[in-house]
Amino acid sequence: MYRYDEFDATFVRQRVAQFREQVARRLEGGLSEDEFKPLRLMNGLYLQLHAYMLRVAIPYGTLSSRQMHKLADISVKYDKGYGHFTTRQNIQFNWPELKDVPDLLDELADVEMHAIQTSGNCIRNVTADHFAGVAVGEVEDPRPVAELIRQWSSLHPEFTFLPRKFKIAVIGTREDRAVMKSHDIGLRIVRNDGGDTGYEVHVGGGLGRTPMVSRLIRAFLPRPDLLNYLEAIIRVYNLIGRRDNKYKARIKILLHETGKQEVTRLVEKEFDQLKKQNDAVSPAEYERIAAYFQDPAYEDTDFNLDAFDEKRKQHPQFNLWLNSSLSEHRQRGYSIVTVSLKPIGGIPGDASAEQMHGVATCAEKFSLSEIRVSHEQNLVLPFVKKQDLFELWQGLKKLDLATPNVGLASDIIACPGMDYCALATARSIPIAQDISNRFADLERQHDVGELKIKISGCINACGHHHVANIGILGLEKKGVEFYQITMGGEAGENTAIGTVIGRGFSGTEVIDAVETLVDTYVELRQENETFASTYSRLGVTPFKEALYATA
Amino acid sequence: MQILTANRLVDGDVVFLTGNYDWSIEINDASIARDQTEACRLEDIGTKADKSAHVVGCYLVDVVIVEGRIEATHYREIMRTKGPTVRGDLGKQANVYGSGGLRSGQSPLAAQNHHEVQQEFAHVSL
Repeated sequence: MYRYDEFDATFVRQRVAQFREQVARRLEGGLSEDEFKPLRLMNGLYLQLHAYMLRVAIPYGTLSSRQMHKLADISVKYDKGYGHFTTRQNIQFNWPELKDVPDLLDELADVEMHAIQTSGNCIRNVTADHFAGVAVGEVEDPRPVAELIRQWSSLHPEFTFLPRKFKIAVIGTREDRAVMKSHDIGLRIVRNDGGDTGYEVHVGGGLGRTPMVSRLIRAFLPRPDLLNYLEAIIRVYNLIGRRDNKYKARIKILLHETGKQEVTRLVEKEFDQLKKQNDAVSPAEYERIAAYFQDPAYEDTDFNLDAFDEKRKQHPQFNLWLNSSLSEHRQRGYSIVTVSLKPIGGIPGDASAEQMHGVATCAEKFSLSEIRVSHEQNLVLPFVKKQDLFELWQGLKKLDLATPNVGLASDIIACPGMDYCALATARSIPIAQDISNRFADLERQHDVGELKIKISGCINACGHHHVANIGILGLEKKGVEFYQITMGGEAGENTAIGTVIGRGFSGTEVIDAVETLVDTYVELRQENETFASTYSRLGVTPFKEALYATA
Repeated sequence: MQILTANRLVDGDVVFLTGNYDWSIEINDASIARDQTEACRLEDIGTKADKSAHVVGCYLVDVVIVEGRIEATHYREIMRTKGPTVRGDLGKQANVYGSGGLRSGQSPLAAQNHHEVQQEFAHVSL
């Protein structure tokens, strides 16, 4: 894992000291809220419905056990004993008091963490494939590049006041587990015919009120050119991106209104200039960072398949958990384990202090003290020996973290919605909980198979509903919450934006509606067809008929 | 009828302007504007209070009186006076219902079933 150097550590501590002074001045009345708000947002501190909320960056979703223990301790000392893992691989604390936040940030700095640039119109925390470094078929671990971008973009003086927030995601495989095409810039690491490593550069993706899939503007960008090229893109955006209307200020709108061809021309022109005046990414600097992400010393394991199969037979729940929680590891004898933060009827992405400590301890014992956060609001243990799986499952079960539902109907993405969020127009968590309870029968979920249900409590789409098989958007109509359903969305390599299928539903009706859609799929599916493939074969009509048919 | 609400600067808690020009965390302490003139007066106080170091983001909220108690009419504001509907153990409702336990480290999984809380929201149809 990346470790702070002296510069990083000093920079973060200085920032905490500055914020401590700013908070003191605000509490004494020396700063008005108008003056203070941009300062607190730069440090990740929002004021939500019931309290302040602190969003802590988890760079590219990678955490050490030590950091996870610290997050758990912080949740008890400064919050209410839990944290919420988000679709941006971050963690949010929902109840910190303003006066305590500087102390909280100092404790985060003790474990090389901070909340800088988790808010505001700047380059946000860079996200990456949560299977980085262990995924099969990976050209290269995306995290060194993400870390390089993090260092370059942290407090970048030119990009502190962009027209809007700016999000970058990096992946290193054909498969896209990081919703790369829904980011302002998405990078995919590729290798060209000459064997050189470089990047596909996708620009202008985003969800929100105007969802768009990004466009490829460079099929191969050589590694040394990366930062100059990113600088060129963001400079063009910074200069000509709209600032008159916040809803039209993202780079996706610039691309849409100005056209891909023209934006690309401007970027390439700027890039040519920048190349002449700025250094390229030196191989030495890249290697310095990459050294922190090298493969661990994998062990030859004495995995006994017969004994393992026997355990599977003896413990059907273990078998079910294996079927949904395991992903193929590129090292023989190892597995990637996804830890579901979606207990049946629970709050998606929430983890208690006890659970955070528990996962940290499991990682110490079974995953080389490393944990990942996925954008689907689950945790990942990336280095689990197959021979340890049974013991790990037992440990997770005690923590109520072994629900065998990863990728299934109750593995729902949900934003905090109106239960916490000041921007929300409706609640999303109770809808997720009710759907989860409706599909509480895990055998049924396994029979239904892969299904992505995603819920947002407002048009800003933090719950990714546009790119769901079944997307739910919570709105308000005449003083009452109501919910729109979209279908046909997809978040992977073939990212697609779903479309609204018809009139909306009340909070109660929408649960029945989701079940009707699932039942319709089960009735119509052909052998081995997933929900998504049945939908793409048949289109929306049979689903619409089932939902809206008049009795 | 309207009351003036804001979030308290020091901890973000939801507060209401009282008849004594003070701020209370309890909605029933709120000073009620029963006509436009009164509402404008509250709004003026809010504009001034926004410049203070006590509260943030003052605005007026529609209320009704039910059995002698002040209740917000919009579901967003009802939630602000209670807490998250999915965590009955947190927010104002926790103190009202006496379950307390702030900073208790209680697992969210052990939280009160949100349906129980939601019964209070029955009129907003979920």
